[in-house]
Amino acid sequence: MFRIIAAVIGRDLKLAMRRQADIVSALFFFIIVVSLFPLGIGPEPELLRKLAPGVLWVAALLATMLSLPRMFADDHRDGTLEQLALAPHPLGLVVTGKVIAHWLVSGLPLALIAPVLGIQFDLSTDALIVLTFAILIGTPALSGIGAIGAALTMGLRGGGVLLSLLVLPLYIPVLIFGAGAVDATVSGLGGEGHLSLLAALTFASLGFAPWASAAALKIALE
Amino acid sequence: MKDRFNLYRFASPATFYPFAGALIPYFVAVSIVFGLAGLWLGMLVAPTDFQQGEGYRIIFIHVPASWMSMFIYLVMAGWAAIGLAFNTRLSGMMAQALAPTGALMAFLSLLTGALWGKPMWGAWWVWDARLTSELILLFLYIGYMALTAAIDDARRADKAGGLLLLVGVVNIPIIYFSVKWWNTLHQGSSVNLAKSSMATTMLWGMLLMAMCFWMYSIAIALMRVRTIMLERERHTDWVKAELLGKAGDEK
Repeated sequence: MFRIIAAVIGRDLKLAMRRQADIVSALFFFIIVVSLFPLGIGPEPELLRKLAPGVLWVAALLATMLSLPRMFADDHRDGTLEQLALAPHPLGLVVTGKVIAHWLVSGLPLALIAPVLGIQFDLSTDALIVLTFAILIGTPALSGIGAIGAALTMGLRGGGVLLSLLVLPLYIPVLIFGAGAVDATVSGLGGEGHLSLLAALTFASLGFAPWASAAALKIALE
Repeated sequence: MKDRFNLYRFASPATFYPFAGALIPYFVAVSIVFGLAGLWLGMLVAPTDFQQGEGYRIIFIHVPASWMSMFIYLVMAGWAAIGLAFNTRLSGMMAQALAPTGALMAFLSLLTGALWGKPMWGAWWVWDARLTSELILLFLYIGYMALTAAIDDARRADKAGGLLLLVGVVNIPIIYFSVKWWNTLHQGSSVNLAKSSMATTMLWGMLLMAMCFWMYSIAIALMRVRTIMLERERHTDWVKAELLGKAGDEK
């Protein structure tokens, strides 16, 4: 079971490494969106500190969104996806591998760059640690839920916009608990509760979303 | 051989089409009766609220619309589950026929809520947990309609939409509770609906209006499902016969 997942992860990572521009552009999208906010609302540190968790999380949601359509589209175009669906392994496991690979190339870089952007927003050290940790454990849920949307909209016209219409409402709990964890740390309440819920969302979506996406892929491949 | 009454017979569009057509007038009539009774009770009989004045009477539209918006989503998810499990054609059509009505109800509930909120709370919109989750429900309806509209193949549209509905229905409680906690943690405007014991006439007016909305939704969904059937089954003989028959009547 783990062999299949590992094989898919390895393959997807190799493909991603051959097209590094995709990873880097999503990352720079994140950086630019976050940097636009101080320009739009003014440089007062007090205000920025209050807005930072929400701004960073919304930007992370949008940045994850950018790379979602490619999760299945390329494999669908060259026929790999049909071969994977025909393979004797459950398609859900293959999708699990693809979700993890997607997180490694889209979620993980965001978590690594987030503390630097947090400094721009004058966040305290505690808040920065919680922010990084929250993005680290929250983004796998985004990749998981996003996989369902990517599978449902695979090969449709206007797929990208449609995908955000479907997936963004489902991202709301992750946004609330992710930003809430940082907020609670800033206000001194402690973000452990939020982080636990965030981890729960991640595990639930990693457990269920691949199977829902696999069902959606089978519908699309019929 | 004359067979027993069989519910599954109506899973076929060819038999459901005339059946739905026969049912529609009854649902319309019942809806009008309940609506008139509810409006009479709500607008004329129910006493004026001592805190909110006459403005509270908008709840006779607002509350039934909110109930229906949530209920219709559940019904759609139910149809989606039946459709995915038993591979029935009618289920997807029913879900698609219900979606615009559900979205309309969600929108009506937000609109009447805003109209009520301005004089009562002094704001068109507050980020209250219930308002926010109703807004998200509207987004879910719009997402479903956008997805089914984007897929040309009707069977794929039904199944993909059905899967989205099931994912949505699993997420609704999670979204609702997260919004609720978010709201309490942010110490939002302390909105209090003045939970005074409601006069019996008000409650009855509300229930009658809810019945009116319910019957209206069924009638309009049946009408919509009939047009969906004609469109999808246009290559079949019964649709040709149906359309030719109608043309013959008009002559």
